[in-house]
Amino acid sequence: MKRKLSLVAALVLAVAGSAMAQTSIATLRGGTPLNTESEPPAMAKEINSDLRQVRNYPEQPPLIPHKIDGYQIDLNANKCLSCHSRAAVEISQAPMISITHFMNRDNQFLASVTPRRYFCNQCHVVQTDARPLVENGFVDIDQVLDYVKNNQGSSD
Amino acid sequence: MLGFLKRLWATIRRPSVHYSLGFLTMGGFVMGIVFWGGFNTALELTNTETFCTSCHEMRDNVYAELKTTIHYTNRSGVRATCPDCHVPHDWTNKIARKMQASKEVWGKIFGTISTREKFLDKRLELAQHEWARLEANDSLECRNCHSDESMDITRQSARAADFHQRLLFTGEKTCIDCHKGIAHQLPDMGQASLLIGAGSAQEVSSYLDR
Repeated sequence: MKRKLSLVAALVLAVAGSAMAQTSIATLRGGTPLNTESEPPAMAKEINSDLRQVRNYPEQPPLIPHKIDGYQIDLNANKCLSCHSRAAVEISQAPMISITHFMNRDNQFLASVTPRRYFCNQCHVVQTDARPLVENGFVDIDQVLDYVKNNQGSSD
Repeated sequence: MLGFLKRLWATIRRPSVHYSLGFLTMGGFVMGIVFWGGFNTALELTNTETFCTSCHEMRDNVYAELKTTIHYTNRSGVRATCPDCHVPHDWTNKIARKMQASKEVWGKIFGTISTREKFLDKRLELAQHEWARLEANDSLECRNCHSDESMDITRQSARAADFHQRLLFTGEKTCIDCHKGIAHQLPDMGQASLLIGAGSAQEVSSYLDR
């Protein structure tokens, strides 16, 4: 009995081991052995088109369509607000930060940007021209509505 | 004292007895080269990144911050060192700035910014001095490298091109008005950084006091 069990265990281990070796998990290292350095992928360029991107859903924080290299956002200064603040947009012609950024958690409006919205790149990010690592089948709500409308007769 | 000065004047006035005219002329000429050359060499020695960063105040604070910026490393390999931006290149103005900088020697001796905390407390004041200097000379040190004439705005991003056309080329603003904190980190700007277009602090306080 004991011998049979250990045989089964050995078989299971062998099968599992070969299966693990075959399914390669996507890692940054790739298939490079541990004792050598893998070739890192080339760094992707940031998109600096200055053209506003479409939002995939209304609540999406707008993407940053320009480079933000070295922009200081800390206790002392906020570089983004030097163009996007309420007072600066006349000169900069940049979009003003949304009024939600003046609201505290109880939806009360404050005189200036609320601390919880101060760190811009917690939500707003730049985009790069890198190829997506996985395919994305996202469809936005307009396409969903179209689909529903077109299939209304058949599904009901 | 007066007697000494009189004797000195008499010595200077009296024709030379032992030395030939040729020796005195050539000697004066050679010594002139030595002293003038020595002066300028010493001046240029104090005008290097190595000299500036030989003090820990500069090396650990402002120089450490510079290292991450585009003026230190970039795609074309041109580096702006400390004196490129902080000392005028023109001789007369350079001497004037160097004389001002003697106060910094005082600061060094008495440890005005000898710790990180002292530096951070002073940071706003130090930055304001530099901003005021660059505003007063129309960002001369920026323009030593970046000139309006050689700036091809078609190679800039749409945003930058628009700003430069609208504000820089018209002379409405100068480089430092927008490009603060590009080589070193900004001090506590408070609300001032958000008030580009708004009224001055005096206007606000006079309105509120009414």
